[in-house]
Amino acid sequence: MVEEKKENRSRKGLTFCLVVIIILVSLYMLQRLLMPKYMTGIVEGAMIAEYYEEEHDHDVVFIGDCEVYENFTPALLWEEYGINSYIRGSAQQLIWQSYYLLEETLKYETPDVIIFNILSMKYNVPQNEAYNRMTLDGMKWSKSKIDSINASMMSDEKFLDYVFPILRYHTRITELERDDFKYIFHKDKVTFNGYYMRVDEKPAENVPKGRPLADYSFGETAYEYLDKMTALCKEKGVQLVLIKAPSLYPYWYDQWEVQMEEYAKANDLVYINFLELIEECGLDFTTDTYDGGLHLNLSGAQKTTKWLGEYLTKELGMQSRRGEEPLETVWEQKLADYYTEIDRQTKEWQEKQNGGEK
Amino acid sequence: MLFTSYEFLFFVLVTCVLYYVVPKKWQWMLLLLASYVFYFLAGASYLPYIFVTTVSTYLIARKITSLQTVVDAYIKEHKKELSREERKEYKAKEKKKQWKLLLLCLFINIGILAVLKYTNFVISNVNSVLTVFGSTARVKFVDFVLPMGISFYTFQSMGYLIDVYRGKYEAEKNFFRFALFVSFFPQLVQGPISRFDHLAQSLYEEHKYNATTVASGLQRVLWGYFKKMVIADRMLVAVNTLIQSPEEYYGAYAFAGMLFYALELYADFTGGIDITIGIAETLGIKVTENFHRPYFSKNIKEYWNRWHITMGSWFTDYIFYPISVCQPMLKFSRFSRKHFGEIIGKRMPVYLSSFVVWFTTGIWHGASWNFIVWGLGNFVVIMISQELEPLYRKFHKAFPKADGAFGFKVFRVVRTILLMSSLRMFDCYRDVPLTFKMFGSIFTTWNWNVLWNGQLLELGLEMKDYVILFLGMLLLIIVSLVQRSGSVRVKIRSKALPVRFAVWYGLFLVVLLFGAYGVGYDASQFIYNQF
Repeated sequence: MVEEKKENRSRKGLTFCLVVIIILVSLYMLQRLLMPKYMTGIVEGAMIAEYYEEEHDHDVVFIGDCEVYENFTPALLWEEYGINSYIRGSAQQLIWQSYYLLEETLKYETPDVIIFNILSMKYNVPQNEAYNRMTLDGMKWSKSKIDSINASMMSDEKFLDYVFPILRYHTRITELERDDFKYIFHKDKVTFNGYYMRVDEKPAENVPKGRPLADYSFGETAYEYLDKMTALCKEKGVQLVLIKAPSLYPYWYDQWEVQMEEYAKANDLVYINFLELIEECGLDFTTDTYDGGLHLNLSGAQKTTKWLGEYLTKELGMQSRRGEEPLETVWEQKLADYYTEIDRQTKEWQEKQNGGEK
Repeated sequence: MLFTSYEFLFFVLVTCVLYYVVPKKWQWMLLLLASYVFYFLAGASYLPYIFVTTVSTYLIARKITSLQTVVDAYIKEHKKELSREERKEYKAKEKKKQWKLLLLCLFINIGILAVLKYTNFVISNVNSVLTVFGSTARVKFVDFVLPMGISFYTFQSMGYLIDVYRGKYEAEKNFFRFALFVSFFPQLVQGPISRFDHLAQSLYEEHKYNATTVASGLQRVLWGYFKKMVIADRMLVAVNTLIQSPEEYYGAYAFAGMLFYALELYADFTGGIDITIGIAETLGIKVTENFHRPYFSKNIKEYWNRWHITMGSWFTDYIFYPISVCQPMLKFSRFSRKHFGEIIGKRMPVYLSSFVVWFTTGIWHGASWNFIVWGLGNFVVIMISQELEPLYRKFHKAFPKADGAFGFKVFRVVRTILLMSSLRMFDCYRDVPLTFKMFGSIFTTWNWNVLWNGQLLELGLEMKDYVILFLGMLLLIIVSLVQRSGSVRVKIRSKALPVRFAVWYGLFLVVLLFGAYGVGYDASQFIYNQF
């Protein structure tokens, strides 16, 4: 009788465990299936997560929005200057998201230089849930991620939706595509050390002038996070370099420029405005942009990267690490992939051009 | 805190866990605390109102009971000395005192409800009258808060008070227990309007954790969420599009909107009640059922016996009967019989009482003419139906087999649904002339092709949404059909574990994946929360 009871109890316990396992596994699988994969089309959402697969031994880390991940190419910085760099950026990455990514990055490694693109100073409040997701979903869970979520959420967003993304993406159940099944457990790399490559061209024509603003002052929150970045870099002994990438649009106002120059001066920071270096870099916006001046293509990115490489080595005294193992081997493979992709895209672009001409 | 919010789920989870963890004698106290926390979170400014209702009803009910006890004791003591007439006279005298107390309490509580809910309605009508008489003077609108669930807890409390006055039961001695009866959080928002003798014992008694009861409660909650989130909130998108642009959506659109709203309201309200009853069941508490498959009713009278049952019975017990048997009504009855003859005279008091009930039912739902007209519309249809009763009898006599025929049954059910749905248009459009116009457009505009030419896909719902709604509705019908032979949950409980697991986990996944919630969906309040 006692044994029978025991057996019954253990059978019940086993059943319970089995049911719990089935529920947890199936929910996990469903969640993986429903989360956007960002492997084709809008790939920006896959960028942030790629950093965790890296060896965290970078000399330079770029932080910012599309103006960094499309305008600078770490492969060239390595190839020509021996600087091991990485770009931690995603689409419309807001300044607080950049700050928390910086905070997280500095937990993994301590690079010599952090380069932050200051376009996001123009935003003082959360902007768009879809862009938030592209930055935040890719981050590994940490205090930085929690703080970043809390700082970024729109009024109709819930923290729990980030903890259990299935609650956010459940509506995708009727929109699933092949990629959702293909990339359920693994993802291809969409960047080259954070750089999003485009070789195609679309000349900048009729770039719109900025419309007058009621108030040109950057917001308090934006300054608060810039201050935090400055303080954190100083605390960690990392040189913070502020840049404004040479994108012609969104428009960069003179009043904004003055504020940034003053900020850099007051905080003893280097500030480089690439919009003023367009000629020096040799940028030609008829051939160096793929979307009419918003972002540079590979040709443009190579030019800005060369200028930056010179600056980093000559002005900041950064040394080449070429020949250093295992870094050299790692980059050998990365460069091979990089050039394969250049060839693929170039071929595709040429075919498209030829097709267009026909 | 919406029933569909994460906060509410967390609140319920914590309450349920604590409920079974604390010593059993503290369970009801925990529920009282939870109910007040729930109400506080809904709005701290609501608290004084529910507190006044609770205190006034408690004190006056206690006083009435104590007066009744004195009367009983006096009569018992002086039974031999007093004649029957003297006893009657004494009782009547004492009852008058109780009556005054009852009136005082009704005045306070119905007064609060009336002032908060109907002041602006009165002002708007006064302003309209002023306009009619060419006056430019305007009475300013007032900015009152309307406490959540005030119509429900006021009616529940007043029902209790009237029952105590009638001597149905004695007033609750413990103030805090009574406070729990008034504020029990799952039913505070949209009912049911419970009776003290049905709910109290279950509310106050100790409940031992029982896995079957808890599971059964959770299953009911899940079913409620299915109705609310998969069906009602999805349908809401199309309903809103249709009613917000009546100048664009008329004719067949109005017909579709009428049916869509009927489905949305059913899924919304019954879903909410399922969640309420399910949560209570999880706590071991039995709350009165509020629906009995109303859309299977064969006529409107039956429909009202199966839809919002606790509200219907409240109006019957506390308004219809008292009015029907009050002295002025009896006098009116005699007067009618004398002047209009036996047939009409007999009906007049019933009609008058019914009129008052339906007028009150209408205005209880909302302070606007559309609800009043909706209530009176129900009155008219029910009265016509009663008057046509001899005709029905003749028909059934001529066709005795019709009653049992499946086709005729379906006809009656469809007829009731259409009748009720068309009356609900007043609730849907919230504007009397517009409702008449839209209803008329169904018959005067010949645009039925919009129902199948893809135009319905421009109401904010895609084909997949209509497929989900169709399958959801199918499931509702199947469950309702199965329910006729007993509880579906009990039937499922008798199945093997894999079947049970597949059913309930499947339903959970359906709610999780197809529920209209999260970013992109407006968190929708339950329709009856607004009443």
